[in-house]
Amino acid sequence: MSFINYTNREITCKIVYYGPGLCGKTTNVQWIHAQTAQEARGKLISLATETERTLFFDFFPLALGQIRGFKTRFHLYTVPGQVFYDASRKLILKNLDGVVFVADSQDERMDANVESVENLLTNLQDQGDELSKVPYVMQYNKRDLPNAAPVDEMRRLLNPLGAPEFEAVAPTGVGVFETLKQVAKLVLADLRKNT
Amino acid sequence: MSSQFVMYDEEFQRINRVCERLTREANAKVVFLGDKNGQLIACTGQTENLDTTSLASLMAGQIAAAGGIAKLINEKEFNQIFHEGERDNVHISIVASRVILVVIFDSRSSLGLVRLRVKKASEELARVFETMMRKTETGAALFAEITDDDIDNMFSE
Ligand SMILES: Nc1nc2c(ncn2[C@@H]2O[C@H](COP(=O)(O)OP(=O)(O)OP(=O)(O)O)[C@@H](O)[C@H]2O)c(=O)[nH]1
Ligand SMILES: [Mg+2]
Repeated sequence: MSFINYTNREITCKIVYYGPGLCGKTTNVQWIHAQTAQEARGKLISLATETERTLFFDFFPLALGQIRGFKTRFHLYTVPGQVFYDASRKLILKNLDGVVFVADSQDERMDANVESVENLLTNLQDQGDELSKVPYVMQYNKRDLPNAAPVDEMRRLLNPLGAPEFEAVAPTGVGVFETLKQVAKLVLADLRKNT
Repeated sequence: MSSQFVMYDEEFQRINRVCERLTREANAKVVFLGDKNGQLIACTGQTENLDTTSLASLMAGQIAAAGGIAKLINEKEFNQIFHEGERDNVHISIVASRVILVVIFDSRSSLGLVRLRVKKASEELARVFETMMRKTETGAALFAEITDDDIDNMFSE
C-alpha cells in the first residue's frame, strides 16, 4: 500500500524480496544498500540469527528521484526464506506494492524454488491478493555457479505468468539493479493504473 | 494491494498538534506515530538523535508479530504493549486499528500517566484518521498523469 504524503511531497512504496532460504535475498538488498549514495538511503536493518539467516526481515528505505514534484521512496524488505518462518513471511507481505522473487539457480534447489513460489501464491491469496495483479519480477540468481540450471527450465517451472525476468549474481551486483528498476517501474505504473 | 494512504497538510497539522500536546501532558521524551506498514507519520519531542525511519519499520514489525501471537491464542489484538528499560520505557498502542502510537518516557513520567494521556490522544487521532481515510477514497488522482517518460527519467541520473 503506497503512502502519499502531501505535506513533505513524498510517495512511499513497499517492495518485498521473496524466495527460498539462502537464495540471495539479503545479498540483493545489501548490494543495493552498499551501492546507493548515503543521502539516498536509510540504515539497513537486519533482524537475523547468529548465523546470518534472516529471522524476521531486512529493511532499508531507498530514495529514487522525483516524479511530478514528489520524492519517491521505496521501502525494501526481504522475508526469511526458511520454510518454518512462514508466519513471519505473511506479516512482511502485508500491504506490499511489489514483489521480487529471487530463485536459486542451483539444480538441487529447484524443488525449494517451486515450493517457495507456491508459498508466495498461497500467502498472497490468504490476504486477498493475486500474484497476477501484483507488480512482480523474477530473478534467477547464482548464475555463476557450475550447477546452475538452464534458464529455460527455470522459466517453465517458476515463471508461468511470464513476469519480467533477470539473471543475477547478487554478491557482485550482476542483475541486481536491473531487477530493482524493473519492479519499481511496475509499481509506479500500477499506481497510475489504480488512481 | 494498491490501496493508498494519503496525507494532506491539514490532517498532518492536526496530528502534529495532538502529538505535541501528548508529549507535554504525558511528560514524554518522544511521541511517535507510524502506520502498520512501517511508514512514519509524525514524531515530536526529543527527536534529534532518533532514527525515526528505522523506528517506524521496527515498530510495525513488532506490532505485526504481536498481532500474529494474538491470533494464535485467539485474542483479537494486543491494544497496548509496554517495554521497560533501565532508563527509558516504551508504551505502544494501536489507534483506529491501523496506526501505531509510541510514547517513550523516563522516570519523570509514569506508566499510569502515559496510559491516561494516550487514551485521550487516541480518541482525537482516531477522528483525524477517519477524515483522512475518507479523503483517500475520494482523492489522489496525482498519478493518473504520470507518463512512461516520467518513470524512465527517474532512473536516468
Ligand atoms: N555464488 C553465489 N553465491 C551467492 C549468490 N547470491 C547469494 N549467494 C550466497 O548465498 C548465501 C545466502 O545468501 P543470503 O542473501 O543470506 O540468502 P537469503 O535468501 O537472504 O537467505 P534467508 O535469509 O535464509 O532466507 C550467502 O553466502 C551469499 O553470499 C550468487 O549469485 N552466487
Ligand atoms: Mg536473508
